[in-house]
Amino acid sequence: MLLKKGAEARLYLDEWHNRKVIMKKRLPKKYRLPQLDLEIRSQRTVHEPNMIHKAKIAGVPTPTIFMVDVADANIVMEFVEGKQVKQILDHVSPKERLKLSGLIGRMIGRLHKHGIIHGDLTTSNMILTPYSKVVFVDFGLSERSKELEIKGVDLHLMKRALQSTHYKHAKKCFGAVMKGYAEVVGEEETKKVSDKIREIEKRGRYVSDR
Amino acid sequence: MPLNDSDNSYCLGIESTADDFGAAILSFEGAVLSNANDVYMPKKGGIHPREAARHHAEVAEKVLAEAPEKAKIKPRDINLVAFSQGPGLGPCLRTGATAARALSSYLGVPLVGVNHCVAHIEIGKLATGAKDPVTLYVSGGNTIVSAFEAGKYRVFGETLDIAIGNCLDVFAREVGLKQRRGAPFGAIVEELANNGKSYVSLPYTVKGMDLSFSGLLTAAVKTFLEKKIALEDVCFSLQEVAFSMLSEVTERALAHTEKPEVLLTGGVAANKKLQSMLRVIAMEHDARFCVVPQGLAADNGAMIAWTGILAYKSGLVTPVEDSYVNVKWRLEDVHAPWVEG
Repeated sequence: MLLKKGAEARLYLDEWHNRKVIMKKRLPKKYRLPQLDLEIRSQRTVHEPNMIHKAKIAGVPTPTIFMVDVADANIVMEFVEGKQVKQILDHVSPKERLKLSGLIGRMIGRLHKHGIIHGDLTTSNMILTPYSKVVFVDFGLSERSKELEIKGVDLHLMKRALQSTHYKHAKKCFGAVMKGYAEVVGEEETKKVSDKIREIEKRGRYVSDR
Repeated sequence: MPLNDSDNSYCLGIESTADDFGAAILSFEGAVLSNANDVYMPKKGGIHPREAARHHAEVAEKVLAEAPEKAKIKPRDINLVAFSQGPGLGPCLRTGATAARALSSYLGVPLVGVNHCVAHIEIGKLATGAKDPVTLYVSGGNTIVSAFEAGKYRVFGETLDIAIGNCLDVFAREVGLKQRRGAPFGAIVEELANNGKSYVSLPYTVKGMDLSFSGLLTAAVKTFLEKKIALEDVCFSLQEVAFSMLSEVTERALAHTEKPEVLLTGGVAANKKLQSMLRVIAMEHDARFCVVPQGLAADNGAMIAWTGILAYKSGLVTPVEDSYVNVKWRLEDVHAPWVEG
């Protein structure tokens, strides 16, 4: 069953050896040379599970990878039971909301501390499980970096996602995210990143939503 | 002098951002009556800003006289002077700005400073009839994917280092190609690429919505000089990789904004291969594909004149004291009240 059609890949809900799984298939692009197309798709099919695995080592819950089919640009991974943070953040109690935001911040802190940049930190890429863990998904745009600028851009995207999707609580939520982030990476680093975020905002470079 | 919106009002546009010095006359309705130009051709290497500015100063008189002459109007018929205020090379921009200030003062008509990047988009829209496109603007100095949202042209993706046109130019020079008047490096690389068949792997760098061409450039040069791969095949592969990168980012912006059109503009827009790739993407997203005509693709005075007219009609003028050039003027810093949306 087709779950989501992105610009680059399609997500299917499927069954695989009696497990509920997600299949992420990167589709061929007609505009590019078949050889290059295959190269890009296989490279990304290897890169993404790699980063998902690295995130796990950093202590951030991510889906378990069951199979990687490079030739077919297909990743088979665990279907994470739970709810998208996007769907629940506005509907939980204020206390729960801050707690959840803080947890998200701690997880981002762990990623950054290990030089992992998620690249697409939106609340639709985070799943709250029945065991109160937040599982991070979609590492398709992730990269390795410890640069302040890149970390700033990563968190700035998170802030923007909160502002556009959860505008009523965005300010408090992002404050809690940064508090959780500071618990992991420390106050000094958090201040540097926060300053960077402000600088990026002033640049206005990433203003793209109405 | 009374001003009105009729066809009897004319704007002189002066472009001097980089290696081109251009002057054009447009009617306020958008008819391109003349589009004079003289390009600086360095004997070797790339554009030397001071040398280019010297060239502009030398040809200014000739080009500026040519514009009204070819448009069959008298200089006194000009109602508005527009000039490229940035971004670009400081010495070059200042040469054009100086000429613009002098002419506006001499003729006693208003002056409008225009953003060069906006001008490439606006001339593309004028020439193709595009209303609200996702624009891929590709040239020697810029590589930007943008779309209009809430009063401004927003940047969705851009190069993190060199522009695509710069990548092609430097590659061509490094492998010993020579450009000729009327046949810029991009066209020569394209011609060679058309005869290339086998693809050699080169680095493909897309970071989210942004692009990087410097690694690709180094690798392409090395592939030719050190691995002794046929130049045609390297050109072919370089184009395939670079244009696929551009296409991917454009497609992402198109999928995100769901705009009804894709506009290709800037000097590199003349490339047929790039055109064909973007056409495929536009088709898949049910968008109309628009490409700026070849005569208006590279830097030119017409685009400056047209954008000046749009700005002026919505009440914008640039007092002389605010007419200093802005070499790093970003696209999204431009207030564009003339665009609906």
